[in-house]
Amino acid sequence: MSNNKLFIPCSEAGHTCDKTQYNDASLWEKIKLNIHLIYCRACRKYTKNNGKLTKMMNNSELEFLKATEKDTLKSNFEKELSKHD
Amino acid sequence: MPEHQINPNKWIDLYSDYLFNYTITRVRDRDTAQDLVQDTFFAGLKSMKNFKGEASERTWLISILKRKIIDHYRKINSKKGKAEVRVNFNSDSDNEGDWIEQRVADPFDKTAENNLENTELGLAIHNCMGKLPAKQAQVFKMKTVLNYETEAICNELNITASNLWVIIHRARTALASCLEKNWF
Repeated sequence: MSNNKLFIPCSEAGHTCDKTQYNDASLWEKIKLNIHLIYCRACRKYTKNNGKLTKMMNNSELEFLKATEKDTLKSNFEKELSKHD
Repeated sequence: MPEHQINPNKWIDLYSDYLFNYTITRVRDRDTAQDLVQDTFFAGLKSMKNFKGEASERTWLISILKRKIIDHYRKINSKKGKAEVRVNFNSDSDNEGDWIEQRVADPFDKTAENNLENTELGLAIHNCMGKLPAKQAQVFKMKTVLNYETEAICNELNITASNLWVIIHRARTALASCLEKNWF
């Protein structure tokens, strides 16, 4: 590419795209990503899927045990386990 | 030789999140869900001899958990008359909204359906995350579900930021293709 500041390679575009999913990318990075997306079909597709994934993760109401809760569960379980063997 | 082996030592690490997610979408209360999951593990331990190895451990545990959830609802409904459904169309006695027609559910409000779909989606994501390598799943979970800052994760796991982003990238790619196969 003639001007390296404006045109970024796909690897960097993918990286920026991942960052945007967590609102971690700066404005300049986002501009560069969008310029890249104008001419790169593969990255357009990746961006689209990536956004979809983020949306799904937000919608899914995933619940995880907190670390402390898991620890209590574990210690309780180990007590029970030692009784059995 | 049975197809599946049983190994309770790894149960908590492997299945507790999945079972918990399964439960909480059905009982809507963290404490109760935790108790039910724990009961399930204990019951599984007790009846380990009955495990024939026809289904995977997780399926087997889920089938116990289902019974536990049903029992839970039976218990809280066991007092006579509690299970009776009483529909009161007019809870507030103001004249406004007296007509039943005014109280029908809004057909454009699809929350219930969406919630159901999202519950299933949650389990689908769990399945796909279970297929990721442990490290990727851990980092992805910390970043996406628990919303940790990049720096906090890096410090805790002792990795560099670029390292983290590579892991995230791989996890996202794998997850997206897995969900594409199993969900869409």
